Amino acid sequence: MYAFAYQRPTTVRQVQSALGKHDDAKLLAGGQTLLPTMKQRLASPSAVIDLGHVAGLSAIEKKGRNIVIGAMVRHADVATSDLVREAIPALAALAGGIGDPAVRNRGTIGGSVANNDPSADYPAALLALGATIVTNKRKIAADDFFQGMFTTALDDGEIITKVSFPVPAKAAYVKFPNPASRYAMVGVFVSKKGSDVKVAVTGASNEGVFRAAGLEAALKAKFNAKAVEGVAVDGSNFISDIHGTADYRANLVNVMTKRAVTKALGK
Amino acid sequence: MISVSMTVNGKAVSAKIDPRTLLVQFLRENLLLTGTHVGCDTSQCGACVVHVDGKAIKSCTTLAATCDGASVVTIEGLAHDGALHPMQEAFRENHGLQCGFCTPGMIMSAIDIVNRKGHDLDEHTIREELEGNICRCTGYHNIVKSVAAGAHAMAPK
Ligand SMILES: Cc1cc2nc3c(=O)[nH]c(=O)nc-3n(C[C@H](O)[C@H](O)[C@H](O)COP(=O)(O)OP(=O)(O)OC[C@H]3O[C@@H](n4cnc5c(N)ncnc54)[C@H](O)[C@@H]3O)c2cc1C
Ligand code: FES
Ligand code: FES
Repeated sequence: MYAFAYQRPTTVRQVQSALGKHDDAKLLAGGQTLLPTMKQRLASPSAVIDLGHVAGLSAIEKKGRNIVIGAMVRHADVATSDLVREAIPALAALAGGIGDPAVRNRGTIGGSVANNDPSADYPAALLALGATIVTNKRKIAADDFFQGMFTTALDDGEIITKVSFPVPAKAAYVKFPNPASRYAMVGVFVSKKGSDVKVAVTGASNEGVFRAAGLEAALKAKFNAKAVEGVAVDGSNFISDIHGTADYRANLVNVMTKRAVTKALGK
Repeated sequence: MISVSMTVNGKAVSAKIDPRTLLVQFLRENLLLTGTHVGCDTSQCGACVVHVDGKAIKSCTTLAATCDGASVVTIEGLAHDGALHPMQEAFRENHGLQCGFCTPGMIMSAIDIVNRKGHDLDEHTIREELEGNICRCTGYHNIVKSVAAGAHAMAPK
């Protein structure tokens, strides 16, 4: 790891001014992605700004019909939160399936969302639940936020402070984990609210998380696993690697969607 | 250099460190607590698991600086007055180790599992919860047995 200056601000405003003072500063949340990247010397920030002591980033609250989760809330705390388990059990289950227990004790929702790894779990939940990402500057709809592999709408120096999730009527997430890394080979999050159905897919595409329009249309017509049968998934821009070809992943998207719908219906 | 202070195995420690010092380096190189191991250094194997404020974390993927003010427990902090912790004793009794390299991390993770899931652990739960700990010797069978036995032994009498 290359040397860096370490800063430990206690307010979002101080974070902002610390970011302004360094050319190439990085925010440190749980460090479960940033530190491995720095150890491999794939990142070499001049300064690391630790969000661990910043006030106001660690609450889980119910606000009206939304569950609002602070950026620094750890995966383990989402997984075990009574509020989340009651309102959006699919989201609690998703958080409980990220990596392993030690990773879940450190990793945060803000870090995962800001990173937008093409195989990460949270981005699928945010897209399929129509979540809103709140930053120190503005609110961004999930549909506008995720802009391709490791790319988001965040500007330089923009800090995620929380994520707000509307409570769905039904939802479920099913992932086919890579047997070694446990990252999603394909993960599908399905949600239903009134007549609206959203299907978000992670792990499959070279462009990162996306909404599957064809599957959504089929499920809007009829919300059951059978409706998805035979609906083609365009895998032309899917990931092909030693773990599976693009065609294999395209088929997995369909299979995972069926399982997610069945799970959402409580069957 | 920055200053850090924390409690390690009940003792207050302070030091001036380079900000890039990982918690595991701080434990092994500054405090000479070499029971915490580095198996992979890429966040996968769990040999480096310690408890920070009561939670299992990978000390190779944590900066010592972020643990300022925290309470850290390592494998060296488990035995008291010459008596092994019940989880350590269970690993010994059940032949839960061969080379022993993964064992400190296994035991710290195992105690964390008991703290979260209680004393009655079935095999499936133990295997799922040990997701982040890799052993290249034992085939896991006796580790799972050890964790189940240790969990029982940790129950208040
Ligand atoms: C062994 C292992 C297995 C894993 N398995 C999975 C898995 O199965 N599924 C999965 O989804 N993830 C997995 N992860 C990744 C894990 O979920 C990370 O915790 C997560 O991707 C990053 O969160 P973090 O809090 O650790 O962020 P950090 O590593 O601290 O930061 C990541 C990036 O986000 C930026 N950032 C952090 N917080 C903010 C903020 N509030 N505002 C703006 N930018 C911010 C940082 O500057 C950095 O660029 C795994 C990680 C490991 C080590
Ligand atoms: S050394 Fe930390 S996880 Fe392997
Ligand atoms: S006993 Fe040798 S690695 Fe586990």
